Amino acid sequence: MATVVPISWYLVLAAVLFSVGVASFLLKRNIITIFMSIELMLNAVNLTFVAFSHLWNHISGQVFVFFVMVVAAAEAAVGLAIIIAIFRTRQTLNVDQVNLLKL
Amino acid sequence: MPASYLWLIPLLPFAGFLINGTVGRRSPRALVSAVALIPTFISACLWVWLWFTMKAPGAPESISHVTTLFGNPWISISNFHADFALSVDHLTLIMLGVVTGVGFLIHIYSVGYMAHEEGYWRFFAYLNLFMFFMLVLVLAANFLLLFVGWEGVGLASYLLIGFYFRKDSAANAGKKAFIVNRIGDFGFLLAMFLLIAHFGSLDFFTVFTSIQKHPEWQGGFLTAIALLLVLGATGKSAQIPLYVWLPDAMEGPTPVSALIHAATMVTAGVYMVARAHVIFDHSPYAMGVVAIIGAATAIFAACIGLVQHDIKRVLAYSTVSQLGYMFLGCGVGAYISGIFHLLTHAFFKALLFLAAGSVIHALGGVQDMRHMGGLRKSVPMTFWTMTAGVVAIAGIPPLSGFFSKDEILFRVFTSNNPIGKLLWFVGLVTAGMTSFYMFRLWFKTFFGEERFEEHADLDAHGAAVHTTSDSHAVMVADHDDHHAHSVHESPLVMTGPLMILALLSIIGGWVGIPFAFGGSNEVEHFLEPVLAAGIPNVPNYPLEIGLAAVSVLVVLIGFYIAYLFYYKKPGTAAAYAERFPAFYRIVLNKFYIDEIYQNAIVTPLLMFSRLILGVVVDAGLINGTAATAGATTKGLSKLTRNVQSGNIRSYAGWLALGAAAIIFVMVFGHSLWLH
Repeated sequence: MATVVPISWYLVLAAVLFSVGVASFLLKRNIITIFMSIELMLNAVNLTFVAFSHLWNHISGQVFVFFVMVVAAAEAAVGLAIIIAIFRTRQTLNVDQVNLLKL
Repeated sequence: MPASYLWLIPLLPFAGFLINGTVGRRSPRALVSAVALIPTFISACLWVWLWFTMKAPGAPESISHVTTLFGNPWISISNFHADFALSVDHLTLIMLGVVTGVGFLIHIYSVGYMAHEEGYWRFFAYLNLFMFFMLVLVLAANFLLLFVGWEGVGLASYLLIGFYFRKDSAANAGKKAFIVNRIGDFGFLLAMFLLIAHFGSLDFFTVFTSIQKHPEWQGGFLTAIALLLVLGATGKSAQIPLYVWLPDAMEGPTPVSALIHAATMVTAGVYMVARAHVIFDHSPYAMGVVAIIGAATAIFAACIGLVQHDIKRVLAYSTVSQLGYMFLGCGVGAYISGIFHLLTHAFFKALLFLAAGSVIHALGGVQDMRHMGGLRKSVPMTFWTMTAGVVAIAGIPPLSGFFSKDEILFRVFTSNNPIGKLLWFVGLVTAGMTSFYMFRLWFKTFFGEERFEEHADLDAHGAAVHTTSDSHAVMVADHDDHHAHSVHESPLVMTGPLMILALLSIIGGWVGIPFAFGGSNEVEHFLEPVLAAGIPNVPNYPLEIGLAAVSVLVVLIGFYIAYLFYYKKPGTAAAYAERFPAFYRIVLNKFYIDEIYQNAIVTPLLMFSRLILGVVVDAGLINGTAATAGATTKGLSKLTRNVQSGNIRSYAGWLALGAAAIIFVMVFGHSLWLH
């Protein structure tokens, strides 16, 4: 039997991925990059779900992952549509310039 | 008359006020007059009915009626109750007669006097409002309802004094009257609080019966209550020290001066003292104060009245002086004499004011007696009626003023007041002065040369009453003609009330001819059930006749001096004035009382208000606190506002920070805080 990868490795990887996602979400200006960083955060969460599911032999964690994937897919569809609409109207993908509703 | 009809008496004029006050502006004048006069007339008729009800054999001494609002009392707080309670006894009956009767006559007169004025509807609306409150005042069966009427007549008085509100002097006079009265009302309010504290009630019947049950109560808190009531009365009835508003109140239209500032409202203080006589009877000290205030006011105002030039001002000071007589009477326990004088005074002073108004009307707004003279022939009806009024007020028998004034003087002389004789002497001198200044007015107005010029100084004090009237237009139009041409007698609608009032001034006193003169003193008999207490009248016929003879002599001396000064040798008065210039100037300027009040009270108060209350307290403390609170909030908001940047990423950053904080607490919190 191969050596089992300890759970902490998964969690550390997920935390690193999540932090990278958060950081790029906060720092990046390009709306597509921001979108991607959200996906990154979602997948980091997915990874922890799967890891815990495997650890405790419990199926619900994997079921959650499917839900997250479905939501992420739907979000990607809607989000990309919005991004395209924004780009068409404003000719930019810089979020700082999408500020029409700001005071 | 059934007691439940009592409410109609005040409410009818109020209905007139509501109608005229709302739709009067767009109504024709005839309609406005009808709306104002008919309710007043019905009220007067109700009074007649009431009179016959009360005079009927076996009639109760008082009838009263309590109105509830859908079954609820007016005020009911724990143990304290006050109702819309009206009651009529013989005292009220006399006051009601004066208010409705004289009031109605003055309403008629006003139709003629105000015929050409702007704001005709407004005038009658206010007049009806006044009638409503005055009737509430005299009908009230408790102090609180009386106070409602008391304040209400003050309001109506304010509105009517300031009727010509475009004139600064009129607006200021209205304000002055209102503010000076507030001082008195303050006393009245405190008196009511004391009454509630000691009796738990403001009902006349409750308070007075509980005092009568305790003859051992003398002075003490009763003196406090009585003195505070006197303060209220000095405000409303224009006595020292609060008399200053009444002469200024002459800025109002003349019918107002007659109705409010001579016949009815200013007598409310006397009425109140007489109404509350049970309290005063238990406080000799307060009675003494009333008597001294009365006597001092009587002679002081008469003194100022001697030299005034404005015909209405002379009458105003005369009113103050006569009110002083009434207070003097009340102050020695002769409430009946006080009320009797109130009654006759209402007749002759209303008459004098209305006749003066007729003169002013005839001259197109001139009020200065230096511009009158020789009017005897051009306004004969006014002349004859005014003569009746002058003779009546001077106190020449058998006109009304003689009986009432001499009754008071006799009662003062025989009173047990330690300085009664001095007070009597003051009253006697005042009687002589009254005679002098009234005949002075009479001679200057109706005799001698015509001093009237059509270019009379209309800006003179209180004039310009009739600047919009057509008589003035006529005068200006043919000012090349002889002067007298434009002077015209007033129409019947004005002379009619004059004639009725003249008749009343002549015969009005006959209801109180004392026994000493073979009369039956009806009025004393009539008022006995209400005002029986007080100091008993000790009959002493020779003394009474003797005192009357003395006072008639003094009155005749007053007349003779006036005759000498203003008819025989018209320059005499001026010569005397020149010989004592300083004294003359002091009296002419009303002893500078207004200036003294201005400098001693009003200006310091104003300075205190502006500098201490205005700058320090208002601008500094209150405004400062508010501004600081605002600035603090604003500053704090500015800090927290930055959180709400509208920037998605900053929100996300806060979110991430928050999440990190929660994780931190969850992971390390247990070991950090909870071990």
